[in-house]
Amino acid sequence: MPDAPPDLVPEAAGVPAPPDALTDAPPDALTAAKLSGSGFSLVNGVHGARRTTIRRTWLDTFDWRLYRAGLTLEQVTGRGGTELRLTGRDGTGVAAEQFQGAARGRAPRWPGQPDALPAGPLAERLASVVGVRALLPVARATSAVREQRALNDDAKTIARVTADQMSVTYPAAAQLPERLAVSAVRGYQAQASRLAGLLAALPGVTTDERPALEAVLAAAGRRAGDYSGRIDVQLTAGMPAATAMASVFTTLLGMLEANVPGTISDLDTEFLHDLRVSVRRTRSALKLAGQVLPRGVRARFQPEFKWLGDLTTPTRDLDVYLLGLPDMTARLVGADEADLEPFGDHLRRARGRAQRELAGGLRSARFGHLCRDWRDALDEAAATTRRRPTAEALAASSIAAVHRRVLTSGAVITAVSPPESLHDLRKRCKELRYLLEIFASLHAPSVQWRAVQELKGLQDCLGEFQDTDVQRAELRAFAVQMMDERRTPAQTLLAMGEIAAGLARRQRRARSQFAGLFADFASPAGRARIAALTRQAVS
Amino acid sequence: MKIFATYNIKGGVGKTSTAVNLGYLAARDGYRVLLWDLDPQGAASFLFRIRPRVKGGGKALIRGTRPVDDAIKGTDFENLDLLPADFTYRNLDLILDGAKKPARRLASLLAPLRSEYDVVILDCPPSISLLSESVLHAADVLLVPLIPTTLSVRTLDQLTDFIGGFTGKRPQILAFFSMIDQRKRLHKQIAQELPAQRADFAATVIPALSLIEQMSVERAPVTAFSPRSQAARRYSELWAEARARAGLSPSARPGPAD
Repeated sequence: MPDAPPDLVPEAAGVPAPPDALTDAPPDALTAAKLSGSGFSLVNGVHGARRTTIRRTWLDTFDWRLYRAGLTLEQVTGRGGTELRLTGRDGTGVAAEQFQGAARGRAPRWPGQPDALPAGPLAERLASVVGVRALLPVARATSAVREQRALNDDAKTIARVTADQMSVTYPAAAQLPERLAVSAVRGYQAQASRLAGLLAALPGVTTDERPALEAVLAAAGRRAGDYSGRIDVQLTAGMPAATAMASVFTTLLGMLEANVPGTISDLDTEFLHDLRVSVRRTRSALKLAGQVLPRGVRARFQPEFKWLGDLTTPTRDLDVYLLGLPDMTARLVGADEADLEPFGDHLRRARGRAQRELAGGLRSARFGHLCRDWRDALDEAAATTRRRPTAEALAASSIAAVHRRVLTSGAVITAVSPPESLHDLRKRCKELRYLLEIFASLHAPSVQWRAVQELKGLQDCLGEFQDTDVQRAELRAFAVQMMDERRTPAQTLLAMGEIAAGLARRQRRARSQFAGLFADFASPAGRARIAALTRQAVS
Repeated sequence: MKIFATYNIKGGVGKTSTAVNLGYLAARDGYRVLLWDLDPQGAASFLFRIRPRVKGGGKALIRGTRPVDDAIKGTDFENLDLLPADFTYRNLDLILDGAKKPARRLASLLAPLRSEYDVVILDCPPSISLLSESVLHAADVLLVPLIPTTLSVRTLDQLTDFIGGFTGKRPQILAFFSMIDQRKRLHKQIAQELPAQRADFAATVIPALSLIEQMSVERAPVTAFSPRSQAARRYSELWAEARARAGLSPSARPGPAD
């Protein structure tokens, strides 16, 4: 229903619940009395009273991709089976899938990938928004719903009025006040709105504009969209740099820890991706701005975060390969898709082994101590009494220093420079990017955006160059391993050869684009964009 | 989207009762149903307690100045919507006469509703006119209720001949005997013999039952207010035949979870 009026929340004493044994009984007395003379009346359904209990599960990705796209996915299970409904924020239906009758047992279990759903509009729409992420339950509730029909003076049903008593069971137990919702029958929106207005005016009834999910999350003490891969730290120019960096590191630690359970359970590849980004940001920030922390802290934790980074690398490298495999397969010209299946199997086996090692590392005492000790050290740093340097001064000096290093490293790269020189430049660019992100709250958004955009273009090119270089080297190593296993058909190795040729072409293309992109970045205008950040700060 | 039409040149033979009950049964099977009450008398609209009024009247609908889906009203039953009657429908012939390709006009008006409805039922006024011709061109299945007399069978033959002259799409005819009086020997005889002899006849016959007349008091389909009655059972059998004739499966999709 496009123009659904907001839900109404009667206070406990406002619109009392009907007697438990309501069958064909009239609507509750208070509502009936208040509606008398309005031309509307509430009666039970065509087939008698309708009271149902449904289990509701709201689903989204860990980083709230559906919520951010203005969508809500809800799984409703009742006596009739299970239904998955994708709606817009205003409740408008987008797509749905039902699992009833014989299909009841095929209702998907969560967490899971949307490709577990039957092919159709729902699976299609979800895949386009969710991408590689898994869908996880973000809230669960049980609803005791009582539905009545609202009649006009022709005794025609103009709306359905539901009273929903919801008990939240996840992420925390909570009880919501009863919610009334008025759903207009088609063609009777005006009358339904008038009825909603009358109900809203009843003593003790308040209007709740929030969608059900938001009300459920609020009752359970959570907020939709409370995680994203971005660093959300609010710094001020004059705050002590040590306090600022403690705040940055604490946020990064929170992001790292938030992704640990999903990485261990291997729910989707993005948990590990975000975990690694948190580790890399932490390592870069320690290297470039960690000097403001109390003496000895940087030296103590740098090796530990390197260990953590190294622990995560094998699985992520294999993820990148496996995620890119369908695209590589689609580009085959000489070989057949099926030829690559043994290669895919080899990658999946290798990934399985790497993932077990990774999960073991994340469950280890070493990792537990790292997180605990790091948090303690940051708490200590946050309580610093040193006023200097300020956050603004630290941001300006560290960004300027890394920017200089990027310019120096890039200026010496020629068409014949070894790949290592481009790899090194890529690392410097990443460091600059992380600093820009960490100190973003000190800069005017438009100036920050322009600087990041140009850097991003250069990073993409360097990333393509290095990824293809690493993948070619890995492909050679895989081929050797597979030959040693003596089970690989010749056509698989030939197909892998074709992939290697494709990677070489992509690498050459990236290299040919580099000079132009770096020239733009190093031009006076490009330098000015970064320089503007080191001069200007927003307090 | 399958389009059914209840049609007979004569009035009072059970067209509206059939349209209303089959519409309800189709909706109960999970089909998304639109019933268009084309009769200016508005009997189907009355039975669903919907005021027989369309903003802009029949002219606005036929000329397309008001989209058809703006005029649609939900009934009291899930999946069943109604496009109400309007007194101006009495002039639909004249309005159609002024339209381009009048015989195809209803079909083109209904075409945009394909994604919204699985079944459309046209409840036609008793006449033979430009409107009925447009209905015959739009329909996939023509439901023809007949009183069991020799004369009404002759009328059916005339209709069959008329449709036989169509170029392109032709509706299938599903005639059935309606308002059978079990006490009349002629009724019983014709009702038994003809369906066995002719492929365009349904095996189901709808008896004359006071419960069917009761619909105007209850203002609901008999299949809804008395689902286990003989009348409801007969309409269910007729719907099963009509559904099969249109190539629809017994259940469209499961209803919403409850």
